[in-house]
Amino acid sequence: MATFWFVVLAGMVVAYAVLDGFDLGVGAIHLAVARNDAERRAVLNAIGPVWDANEVWLLGVGVGALLAFPRAFAVGFSGFYLPFMLVLWLLAGRGIALEFRHHIADPMWQGAWDVVFSVSSLLLTVLYGVAVGNIVSGVAIDSQGWFQGLLESLLNPYALLMGVFSLALLMLHGAYYLCLRTDGALHERVHRAAGRLWGIVAMLVVVLTIATFALRPGILANYGAHPIWAVVPLAGGWCVVAMFRAHGRRRHGTAFVASAGLIAALLAATAIGVYPYLLPSHPFPERGLTIVNSAASTAGLVAAASWLLPGVALVIVYQAVAYRILAGKITTDGGAHY
Amino acid sequence: MTDTVIADRIQFAFTIMFHYLFPILTMGLAPLIVVLKTLHLRRGDERYAVAARFWTRIFALNFAVGVVTGIPMEFQFGTNWAQFSVFAGGVIGQTLGLEAVFSFFLESTFLGILLFGEGRVSPRVHWTAAVLVAAGAWLSGLFVTATNAWMQHPVGYQIAPDGTVQMTSLGALLGNPFLWWQYAHVLNGAVLSAAVVMASIGAYYLLAGHHLEFGRLSVGLGVGVGAVAALTQLFPTGDMNSRNITAYQPVKLAAMEGLFETRYGAPLAIIGMPSTTQRRLLDPVLVPDALSYLAYGNFRAEVRGLNDYPQDTWPLVQLTYYAYHIMVGLGTLLIAALLLGAALWWRGVLFASRWFLWILLLLLPFPYIANEAGWVVTEVGRQPWLVYGLLRTAAGASPNVEAGETIFTVLGFAGLYALLGVLAVFLAMLMVLRGPTEPRPEAGC
Repeated sequence: MATFWFVVLAGMVVAYAVLDGFDLGVGAIHLAVARNDAERRAVLNAIGPVWDANEVWLLGVGVGALLAFPRAFAVGFSGFYLPFMLVLWLLAGRGIALEFRHHIADPMWQGAWDVVFSVSSLLLTVLYGVAVGNIVSGVAIDSQGWFQGLLESLLNPYALLMGVFSLALLMLHGAYYLCLRTDGALHERVHRAAGRLWGIVAMLVVVLTIATFALRPGILANYGAHPIWAVVPLAGGWCVVAMFRAHGRRRHGTAFVASAGLIAALLAATAIGVYPYLLPSHPFPERGLTIVNSAASTAGLVAAASWLLPGVALVIVYQAVAYRILAGKITTDGGAHY
Repeated sequence: MTDTVIADRIQFAFTIMFHYLFPILTMGLAPLIVVLKTLHLRRGDERYAVAARFWTRIFALNFAVGVVTGIPMEFQFGTNWAQFSVFAGGVIGQTLGLEAVFSFFLESTFLGILLFGEGRVSPRVHWTAAVLVAAGAWLSGLFVTATNAWMQHPVGYQIAPDGTVQMTSLGALLGNPFLWWQYAHVLNGAVLSAAVVMASIGAYYLLAGHHLEFGRLSVGLGVGVGAVAALTQLFPTGDMNSRNITAYQPVKLAAMEGLFETRYGAPLAIIGMPSTTQRRLLDPVLVPDALSYLAYGNFRAEVRGLNDYPQDTWPLVQLTYYAYHIMVGLGTLLIAALLLGAALWWRGVLFASRWFLWILLLLLPFPYIANEAGWVVTEVGRQPWLVYGLLRTAAGASPNVEAGETIFTVLGFAGLYALLGVLAVFLAMLMVLRGPTEPRPEAGC
């Protein structure tokens, strides 16, 4: 049952990264690709109806960890105290920028919120990457089972490289989403930006894979024991290639699916690498938090699974309906909310 | 209590009280928007559509601030109350998880359609979206209240060998005898607040002399719903809540009422200043025997006072006492004002009574204060327990987060939320000044 919940949590992280990932990426390239008010409003309206629901997956991750692995939730979030507070503040700034911008038709007001929106989206993507980097590395859990994660140690070169990769990857993911939802000059500009971002992402995939093998060899142990799982990171590599081909043929839908697939494959590969750890410890691996020493009672896990599965199925059905209703190219006249 | 725990408590109290200003209107306004949209569908009168659109815009602004201030609440259990999360995560994670899966997704997905879908979907689908947003808001309130009710009166759990609590029955959690009257009181308080906001803004238009039709509709709906909700806030929901507190948290009851001495025929204090050093109410105005009646339905019943309990199990008496009296006092004021409004409406002079419209206009902040004060009674009155009878607040904080760190983030939240609050009020006033029929500034540009 604990393994089931590990998979559920990993699935929620993937859902959050893929879904909020594209609107964060859209935010990160917002200032660069949208040059005038009409274009900027087109960008904002493209993510307007969905960013809030996408962000709910983050709450899903948090609360899923709380109910299934309370100790990992407690040690993790209290350990990453300040960085996580920065995440919360940036999320607040970003949400508010989206909702406040359209109330006053004044270039200074709107310009200021565009900067808040774009910069906070950008910093969030970097921080998420830094977080993944530190989880892969393991944190310094003390003999009492806690750790104090200060920025001075969390912002190490490996984690920062991961942060930069996360930024590039989500920008690319967001760019393909925008390609699907916009037309005209904006569409062309985003398409060209995606081409350049693909090069950076492809290069960083290689660099980070080598860096991870060299610096964190522990992550390979599970693959050594069960080589079949290597299919997951290989699928990620295939997505990189598929994206390139789709880009050349201007099949942005395929490219978007491929960037989603790459994000999912990389996170799944990481999850496979750290399993059964939720929060690995370094330099004392035995202090790490695992699905065994952090789990809530089996009865609780079974009860939660019994409402989670139909609940999430329901969510997927009506979100699919909502995306269908709101699909298509964005127009910024009449019906636009922003 | 260490500096760390005090800093954690300040942060939680500040962030939750600021956050709760917004869900009040979300939960209260959503059903009123459904009423307006239903009237529009049924009668085809454009007035209702205009009103629904205006209140949906107010709702969206309010909802956005509610979301961004709500996300930190969920995670503060981990960041600042890590030992509480280890202890109780197996239980409270269930109700909070239900909230995420069954209400947050519902609310946010269909708000997207409500805001961005008009014109793209049929009126009936748009109406359905409004209903589902309201359902999401109400379910969210239910699951949060269920979490809180468990902390007030733990049920459906067992203590595991490692000292943590684990859930044994989700049914017991949702059937908690403390829950349903508390939920009814919370929800009814939200509807009352939204009704007052509606009446108050409607009164502004009538007094200012523009958008009269919209003003009359808002005042009418606000006063009508508000008068009923003000009464049901007192009885049965408030009354039944008091009875639950009497039964399950007698120390809280004694602190709320400022009752130190155990008495048969306990008096109800209308006003007075509790002194914990002299252990009595200073300069009280009392109604003899009334507390015994309210608590037990019997004028001669014995009500136990604070003196019967060790002082280290008392909550902060002054804060609990004043918050309770502020809540009840403002509740009484709202009942009086809204019943008066209903009477004026009955006689057909409501919209012409400028003096009363001024009262309605100025009434706006009071339901907010009453709601917040009610939660202060609930939460401060539960002290020194974090989970009543099971875990003390001092034992729930994160051991690896220092006071200095938390004070840093308290200041960060204070600055951010001050800015948010000012901007939200500013933008809401701007929306009101532009009026319900004004095209939004960017439309067509």
